[in-house]
Amino acid sequence: MSKALLYDATMCIGCKQCESGCAQQNNLPYDDKVAAESVQSAHKYTVVMTKDDKFMRRLCMHCEKPACASVCPVGAFHKTKEGPVVYDVWKCIGCRYCMVACVFGQPKYEWQSLNPRVRKCIMCPDLIAAGKQTACAAICPTGATKFGERDDLISEAKDRIRQSPSTYLPRIYGLNEVGGTSVFILSSVNAEEYGYPASAKIGDTPMPEYTGRVMDRIPDFIPVWTLALGGIYWISHRRDEVAAAEAEERKQNGSGK
Amino acid sequence: MKIKLTFWKVVFIVIMALGLYSSFIRYFRGLGAVSNMTDQFPWGLWIGFDCLCGVMLAAGGFCMVGAVYLFNVERLHSVVRPAVLTAFLGYILFIVGLLYDLGRPWYIWHQLIYMNPHSVMFEVGMCVMTYTTVLFFEFLPNVFERFNLQTPIRLIKKIYPVLIVLGILLSTLHQSSLGSLYLIMPSKLHPFWYTPALPFFFFASAVAVGLAMTIFESTQSAKAFGRHLELSVLVTLGGALLVALWVNALLRFEDYFRRGLIRQIFKPSYEAYFLWLELTLTFVIPITMLSFKKVRLSPQWLYLASICTVLGFITNRLNIALIGFETYVGHHYIPKWTEFSITLMIIAMGFALFGLAVKYLPIFPEARHPVQPRLRTETAPVLATPVLGHAGD
Ligand code: SF4
Ligand code: SF4
Ligand code: SF4
Repeated sequence: MSKALLYDATMCIGCKQCESGCAQQNNLPYDDKVAAESVQSAHKYTVVMTKDDKFMRRLCMHCEKPACASVCPVGAFHKTKEGPVVYDVWKCIGCRYCMVACVFGQPKYEWQSLNPRVRKCIMCPDLIAAGKQTACAAICPTGATKFGERDDLISEAKDRIRQSPSTYLPRIYGLNEVGGTSVFILSSVNAEEYGYPASAKIGDTPMPEYTGRVMDRIPDFIPVWTLALGGIYWISHRRDEVAAAEAEERKQNGSGK
Repeated sequence: MKIKLTFWKVVFIVIMALGLYSSFIRYFRGLGAVSNMTDQFPWGLWIGFDCLCGVMLAAGGFCMVGAVYLFNVERLHSVVRPAVLTAFLGYILFIVGLLYDLGRPWYIWHQLIYMNPHSVMFEVGMCVMTYTTVLFFEFLPNVFERFNLQTPIRLIKKIYPVLIVLGILLSTLHQSSLGSLYLIMPSKLHPFWYTPALPFFFFASAVAVGLAMTIFESTQSAKAFGRHLELSVLVTLGGALLVALWVNALLRFEDYFRRGLIRQIFKPSYEAYFLWLELTLTFVIPITMLSFKKVRLSPQWLYLASICTVLGFITNRLNIALIGFETYVGHHYIPKWTEFSITLMIIAMGFALFGLAVKYLPIFPEARHPVQPRLRTETAPVLATPVLGHAGD
């Protein structure tokens, strides 16, 4: 029942309709100047990049096990069961841990604001809840960005690769990266060339596991360490007490004589 | 002396004035205007220095409390109070630093209601909060003694074992979890600094710095307040520091060896230069110095060795927080002057508060009846002595 997006770079014509559709849906400014910006920012959730005659889109990957959600001290991010990783601005304290933790560098910050928010593609949760597709998928004139059930999109992506192996690289970026995402990329050129982190480098392990290995031990560590510290305290002070008692005794014996 | 005194006062006032100006920019123009942090470099000097280093520099508190109350090293009794004071101030200033760095500091209390137990940041936050409270209680007897309130002193004495155990437990947890913060960034942080052992390194380095800071601050205050300082205290600390440094060095080396990086760390590269600087300051110089008996028995040399150690571990943490990310990001991050000025202001406030506390509270009981200072002031280095001694004026 989890939804996802499939972006097929070979079908993309670089019209940037998704950029403007996203801006409209999310009340972000959009004009020629913003369209010309080739990086994502607090006011640009998604970007279409051009290299030679090829295009590549970037947006939040909506990881299955999102790092941003696991690191946030106040749980301002969470993965919904429909797929989107959404942000509750009223919780956020602005520590920006989500930004440093996300391997895809997706969360951006309103650096100029006095009450700044973290901004990233949120996969149009309102539209999804209403049974619609995301704004970027709805507006895409060629179907390069396609919205659907996660499982369906995976099999469709595999089919496309099988049917035209000469067009596509034999990989679906996002299928296994950091434990799988909800945004898949098909392309004839490696996504890494457009700034996506290398699959080999980020690996297939869900990011929260790196901290989980340590965090999971804390509940055991606390009682053990407390007991150990208490024990040391007791022993070292017990020795003092015994010594004091002995001294006292000796003194009494001494005065008794 | 009079001129020097005014000089340090002027420095203090200038630092505070610039700091206030920068604070204005911070809160009325935003983080973007006050800092060089960007979407690529969301954590800057304030996280690197004020938080990572600040907490490390405050480690003397739990080290000395542990040594004296847990392991009963009676000799060190005279340095517990200044160490606890330093730690208490350190944590308060760390929280002040956080109020600058957080984008929405007015929601800092959200930690308490929207808890996310999977987050390392949450753990750090909770530990820091509780530990600051513990430190406050460990510090309180100073105030009670000052006003000769016997009942509360007795009460605190009763709960002291709990405070001690709790304090050390919390310190262990959050000193190490500051390292755990970076565990989730294996593909971003340079391999020289990213290791699954980060939490252990952070704890081990905190102990070493705790010892070094205690040497530094007790020597420093001995000079500033003409206080008598037992040589045996420094010698004990110096010996412990040497052991702590060796442990740190061996752990680090073992980690590089296990991850097959030995060859790489000797190859010149941008990161390697910073690593060399760090390793020289943390290990090579102080370990060499402390290996000489002459150094371990001389307050001046111990003082220098401890300063070197502290600087070394500061380099270490800045490397982790800043330098280690530059290759991933693809450009350098150099803090804006306003970032520096706020950090400086926080440090200056620390010195001033320390001076005030020492002046009005029985931190060093001897200070009231100055004994002939055992350290010869003429030959001793005078780094921050005037600030320390007169900040409270
Ligand atoms: S890509 Fe980054 S921001 Fe998006 S869900 Fe994954 S971790 Fe979170
Ligand atoms: S900046 Fe906000 S959303 Fe991001 S981790 Fe911090 S509190 Fe959570
Ligand atoms: S899914 Fe929605 S928020 Fe995300 S890029 Fe598309 S339109 Fe923008």
